Formats: sequence, structure tokens, C-alpha cells
Amino acid sequence: MITVGLFIPCYIDQFYPGAAIATLQLLQKLGVNVVYPARQTCCGQPMANSGYEHLTQGCNDLFIDNFSEFDYIVSPSGSCVLHIKDHLHAHGAEDKALRIRKRIYELTEFLTDVLKVKKLSASFPHKVGVHQSCHGQRGLKLAQMTELTAAPFSKPLQLLNMVEDLQLIELNRPDECCGFGGTFCVAEEAVSAKMGKDRVADHIMNGAEYITAADMSCLMHMEGILRRQKSNVKVIHIAEILNAAHNTVTL
Amino acid sequence: MNTGTKDHARRSETFNQDEARVNWHDETLWFVRAKRDKASHSIPEWEGLRGMASWIKDNVLSDLHRYLLQFEENAIQNGIQVHWAADAEEHNRIVHQILNEKGIDRIVKSKSMLTEECHLNEYLQGKGIEVVDTDLGERIVQLAKEPPSHIVLPCIHKKKEEIGKLFHEHLGTPEGMADPAFLTAAARAHLREKFVTRKAAITGVNFAVAETGEFVVCTNEGNADMGAHLADVHIVCMGIEKIVPLRRHLAVFLRLLARSATGQPITTYSSHFKKPRPGQTMHIVLVDNGRTTQLGRPDFRNSLKCIRCGACMNTCPVYRRSGGHSYHTAIAGPIGSILAPNLDMKKYADLPFASTLCGSCSNVCPVKINIHEQLYKWRQVIVQEGYSARAKTAAMKAMSFTLSNPSVYQFAGKAGRTVLKYVPFAVNNQLNLWYKHREMPEAPEQSFREWYAQNNKT
Amino acid sequence: MSSRTEILAKIKNNQPEFRPLPSEDLIFSGSGGDYTDRDNIQENTETFRTVLTNIGGAVIELHNLAEVGAYISAHYGEGQRIISTLAGLSSLCSPGWENDDPHDLENVALAVIGAHFGVAENAALWITEELMQQRVVPFICQQLAVVLHKNKILATMHHAYDQIGDAPYGFGAFIAGPSKTADIEQSLVLGAHGPKGMTVFLLTEEER
Repeated sequence: MITVGLFIPCYIDQFYPGAAIATLQLLQKLGVNVVYPARQTCCGQPMANSGYEHLTQGCNDLFIDNFSEFDYIVSPSGSCVLHIKDHLHAHGAEDKALRIRKRIYELTEFLTDVLKVKKLSASFPHKVGVHQSCHGQRGLKLAQMTELTAAPFSKPLQLLNMVEDLQLIELNRPDECCGFGGTFCVAEEAVSAKMGKDRVADHIMNGAEYITAADMSCLMHMEGILRRQKSNVKVIHIAEILNAAHNTVTL
Repeated sequence: MNTGTKDHARRSETFNQDEARVNWHDETLWFVRAKRDKASHSIPEWEGLRGMASWIKDNVLSDLHRYLLQFEENAIQNGIQVHWAADAEEHNRIVHQILNEKGIDRIVKSKSMLTEECHLNEYLQGKGIEVVDTDLGERIVQLAKEPPSHIVLPCIHKKKEEIGKLFHEHLGTPEGMADPAFLTAAARAHLREKFVTRKAAITGVNFAVAETGEFVVCTNEGNADMGAHLADVHIVCMGIEKIVPLRRHLAVFLRLLARSATGQPITTYSSHFKKPRPGQTMHIVLVDNGRTTQLGRPDFRNSLKCIRCGACMNTCPVYRRSGGHSYHTAIAGPIGSILAPNLDMKKYADLPFASTLCGSCSNVCPVKINIHEQLYKWRQVIVQEGYSARAKTAAMKAMSFTLSNPSVYQFAGKAGRTVLKYVPFAVNNQLNLWYKHREMPEAPEQSFREWYAQNNKT
Repeated sequence: MSSRTEILAKIKNNQPEFRPLPSEDLIFSGSGGDYTDRDNIQENTETFRTVLTNIGGAVIELHNLAEVGAYISAHYGEGQRIISTLAGLSSLCSPGWENDDPHDLENVALAVIGAHFGVAENAALWITEELMQQRVVPFICQQLAVVLHKNKILATMHHAYDQIGDAPYGFGAFIAGPSKTADIEQSLVLGAHGPKGMTVFLLTEEER
């Protein structure tokens, strides 16, 4: 039986526990032994992306402390996983940091590449738009990028296609950024909000009832805009769709 | 553009006040990105070509000393006079001196972002020399007394009605006339007179071949050629990084350049200048202006591979929604944001933050510059050099402390959720900016940690 | 210390560790692409025609230069100044134009010149100074016509530079279609400062 250390990003822990619960339950359903180290906090990305990488040593040390022993570390967050893969270092514990960087996975890539999931017993009878979070897509290569002349593929889509009754809608701009960008969302508030509005409009125009993604930060940003518009469209983390049992009422 | 010390965020805020206009600007540039995609996807070996171009440019940067000497030697043998300018000031002085010696006070100029960078027009005009920009887009912004907002599409920010108004005022076209074909024809006539009468022409350089001492100028309009082939003096302004080693390497770059820029297979004219026209004098000014410094920065030297295609601007969701002028520098957008801090870190400290680090730019760059990674790295440098707001630093330190100590983080509990609500989102130390256009996320009953502890799943 | 010395010293000091060039073979093949199957004349001509038409040019197939002359005479009237660098078309031109000051070519309605070869992938024609007589000729005329034999169309720019080799021209240009601009709201307009139109006469008869 595979044992996995579950890393839940700070804002999911605090604001969107449903995504974390779904991740945990989904992994368990797939026969994984999930351990949640209680002393975890954050990957350090918000500070690093703002230019304060030099203040992240405390976060890094804590992360290594919590996760260095696991064979696999899984997180329902593409941007956090990318950040760890690119930036986790520690003086005097570099071998541990390297070990973690090689063993950390975002949820969907863990399901397709490690567990090699072929079937899911999930049902989600709704029209769903898939937002390709940038760090997951371009950074972790979770899906092909429209800029490249290369064969199409998508790990999230591969999994969503296993969900019964789910209808995927097509977007006008399949992989444009939503505009969250960490502290960008307030430092460049006008452009951030406009990017979010445009992203949301693309989904609405193409008939989405739900917008899903592998990154809750993008969804949090789009949800803020949707609710300000008093829209009926909801956001939902991909873990919650993949974990959606038949005939359950979704949040 | 030089309206005080407003940074990208402030200028973008102003730009976004007219939402319809932002939509128009965004869609127009996305259309150019789409044309680029159509062209690049039609070449199965596109990614391989990018790899080749990147590799060739890597070689150039690693051997630039030898290549520049080789280029200079060959250019001189071809009959071209070669000058070296350490900075913008010296470049401007050299150009002026060449014109002065010939007693020329009216010139035509084709597109050269280097001359924008050096503020050549202003300098020459200050010395009593009339400069007419002959690229249509550049002529338009010249008449409007604005800088170009895009390196390839200089007046992409202007609507045809505005251009019509400008032409009515300066060229005498009928009031209200805004048809692009009509306006272009008017510009053709207006500029033709300049080409035929001016004795000196300034052009830029797209590529300079070390092997042969020749250089290539790419245009769709033919304005560089109309200027150069009729002038007695041809002055060529070139950044030292424009070198390609061999003539045959031009195949790689010419296949990539126009497709990346506008989706065309090639520009109408790719003019290879090797020798001056009989009876003509040709001068090349090789310009440093901070490039050698950038060359010495291991994290940022790759930015010197840039072939000025503008693809990064067209794909950048932030550029499309803030406009080139928001970057308050000659070269805007993603590439501009990694070049400018090298020139003046204080003045351009805002630019690397004008990005979500989405990475689209790096994917469209024909020479594979890792733009988004350099944006991230510039942020670290700018903060370390002390060009970050003190309030931001304080907030970040508080955040770092909280997130490094699980007991502090957990103890907060509901209060912790509040801390997280406001600390990262109030870096400007103002009222919560998140709330301007977005609802706040709802605080749930329990955090995941609390749920887990309660349910204690193993 | 001169700027030249200063700049060169800085470069020497700051340039990174040497990185050798990719091999010629690798560049030519575009890193994995296979160009050996691209010598098909039929295919190159078709591609050339399609691309040139898309960029606003025109392709007219004729047998020989005499037919080109007849075509031009039929389409251009008295009072429209025509110049040509091609000996077979000298009857169309005012004689001795080659010695005119380039500025005096301002009133040329049509210039008819030759090219070394064409490139199928982008409909560009490679024309050097010797084929222009005066450098300004292909830019200053209102309409440009280029005469080229049908089997002188190469597939890609790699083939083009292979053909050019180390030829010692003083000036040369790839010219693809008429001049144009889309600077006004991305509306494509043919005829910016260079010629408003461009016709390529593709000759099918073997040259004698």
C-alpha cells in the first residue's frame, strides 16, 4: 500500500477545507494510506513570488521537517507543488530538500502518473468549464499549452473524462491566466480584476455551470468575481468532482 | 509617459477606467497572438527551430567579443564606417556629429527601438535637426507626440478615428475620414516627398552577420529601403547583441521572426546591406548602453537573445489589459520588464511585478528566453537592493514569522484565518484592495486541520 | 580609453563560458526535421503561388519573356513609365534609365526585373543589386513585376541560404509580395511606401 504525505496549502486549510477533504477521501478510495502532518503551514510561495525568497527559510525548514520522510507527497495545488519543486532548498539539509523535490506531486498528476488511475466511480451531471491554472499547466506540464506546436494532452481532462454525466464546455481562450498571481491580485488590482472578469465571462458565455481547476487560488479569485456579479455559476476544486459520488448534493 | 513617478499599477488603473477600450485593446492584440499561432502551428518543426535559434544565440553571447571584432573588420572591409557608443548619450552625439559634418538638418528614420531607447529624436530635435519617422505607426505616434506603445505595432493603442483626426490636422485629410486604406495612401504621399528630398536616412538592424559584415533590416512597408537607397548618408544604429555568427543562420531567424511577430511567413522586405551604394557613405553605430552589464548577470543575460519580435507582448494578459505606456519605458511588456531594471533598478522596480508569472511569454519567445523565470529573479534582486516599499517588507516579515511557526499559525485559529485574510491582501497598507471588485471568500465553520483532528482519519 | 576598448573589455570580462554552435546538419534539418523530400518542383510552385496570393501578390504563368512583354503592353498604356533590367523587354523602357539619379525614378509606374530564385514557404524572391541595376528600383516603383523560371523555386529559407552561399553582393533583398501595413487598427492595407502591387511571371519554357 502506498503511503502519501498530504500537503494542504494554507488558504485551502483555512477557506476551502472541502477541497482538502475531497483530496483525502479520493486518495483513500484509491487505496492510498494518507498521512497529514499536523505541523504543516505553507510552502512559502506568497513571499517568494513577492521578492522575499530570502524570508522563506523558516517555511522551508518546517516543510522539510514535516515531509522529508515520505515516499510521496501529494497536494491539491499546482502552484504550491511547482514552488516546492523549483525553490525548496535548505542549508545543511539539501539532500532532504532534493528528496522532497523529486517526490512531490500535484493531485491530478499523482493520479495519472503514479496511481495510473483508469476508472473512477464518480458522477457529476453538470456543465463544467476547466480553468487551466498556469503554474500547473505550464510549470508542471499537467496539460499541453496552446502556445506550443506539440501534441495535445491533459491529465486533468483525462480524469474528468472518467466522471459520469459530466459535460465539458469549450472555451474561447483555453489557457489564458485568470489574474490571481499571488500578491498581484491586490498590487495590480485593476488588471487582476479585469483578467478575472474576462476569464469568468469566457466560461459563462460557453455555458458553464461550474468552473473547476487544480488550483484553488485561481478559483477563489474567480469566485470572488462571480459572487460580486451575483452569478449562479459556482467554482469547485477538481478533487471535489473526482470525489463526487453518485447522487450526492454538491456544495 | 513622463508624467511623474506613476508606476505600472497606477497607470494600469487609469487604463482600466475605460473598460470598452481595454476590451478593444485586448482583443486586437489577442488577434495578433492568434495569427502567430496559426503560423507557428503550420510548421511541424517549429519547436526545433526555436531550439536552434536559442542555441545559436547562446553561442553568440558566449563569444561576443570575437564576433564583434569579426563583424567590425568585415564591415570596414565592405566600406562601412564603424563607431562604438558606450551609452545613449554617446550614440546620440555620434549620430549628430555625422549629420553635422555633412551639413544635414533634415532626415528620415525607419523603425529602431534602439533609437527610442536612446531618445535620439528628442536629442536631434534639440540640435535643430528635423527627424521624420517613416514607419506608418511611428509617424502616427510622432505626430501625436507620444512614444510607441508596442515594439512592432507602434500605435496599436490608437483607434482609426483618432488617427484620422491627427491626419486631418497634420496632413490635411478630410475631417472625419477614418478609412485605413485612405489614411495609408495619404501617409504614402506625405512620406514619399520626404524620402525623395532627405539626404540622410537612419535605420535600425534586425540581424548583423559577423561572418560577412552585412546586416539585415526587415520591414513590411519598404520605408527603410526608400530612405537608405535615396540618401547620401545611411546611419545604422545597432545594439551589440544583434550579432548572428554566419549568413546561413539568417534562415533560422527569418523563419521565426515575422511568424512570431505578426503571423506572416516573412516580412515583405528582408534587406541585406553589405556595402554602401556607390557614392554613399554608410555608418554603423554599435551601442552598449547597459548591455555589457546585463551580459555579466548570469540570471538575466539570456534577455540579450531577444530579436524584438513582440510575441511576448501579444500573449501577455497583463500587457493586453494595461497597454504599452503603462510600462513607462521604450520597450514594454514581458521582455521590457526584464531589460529595464538593468538600466535603472529604482525607476523600473515596479515592472517585474507587473506579471502573474503565467509563463505564456516564455512559450512564445522564438529564442526561448526564460522570461517568466527572470521576472521572478528580478523580484528577489529588487527587494534585496532595497527598492521595495517598507510596508510590504513589514507585512512579509509578519507573514514569514506566522507561517514558520505552526503553533503561532494554529493558535490563531479563527483569528489566524483573519490574519491570513488581511496580511497578504493588504500589502499596500490601504483598505482591502481585494474587495474592490471581488467578494471575500467565506470563512468556513472549521479549517481542514480542525476537521481532520476531529475525524482523525488514519 | 576609447569606448571601443571599454566596451570590448567589458564584454570579454562578462561573457559566459563558451557554448559551441550547433552543427550545420542540425541547423539545416531544423533539429529533427527532414528537408530531403522538399525538392518537388510541382509542390514548391503550388505553395509559392498559394502564399503569394495570400499576401496580396499575383502569379501569372507564361511560356517565355516575349509573352511577358506582350502581357505588359496590353495592360500598360502610353504615359505610364516602365523600366526593366531584362534585355528582352528593353523595348518597353525609356533607354538609359540605368544611369539616372535614383531620385529620378520616382515616377516609374512599373519596374520589371528578374530574381535569382523564389522560396516556396514564404513566396519571397531573392534579388541582388546586379539584378536591380539601382537599389531603389524594386521599392520606388508603383508596381513591381518579377520574372522567374518555374523550376527556380526552392522549398525553405534553409535551401535559400544554401543557394546563396558566400555570394559577394553589395545589397540583396528577399521580397515577398507588395508593400503593406496593418498599423491602423490591424487593417491590412496593400501599398505602404513600396510598390502597391507585385506580380510574379513564372516562365514554363526552358531558357535558351
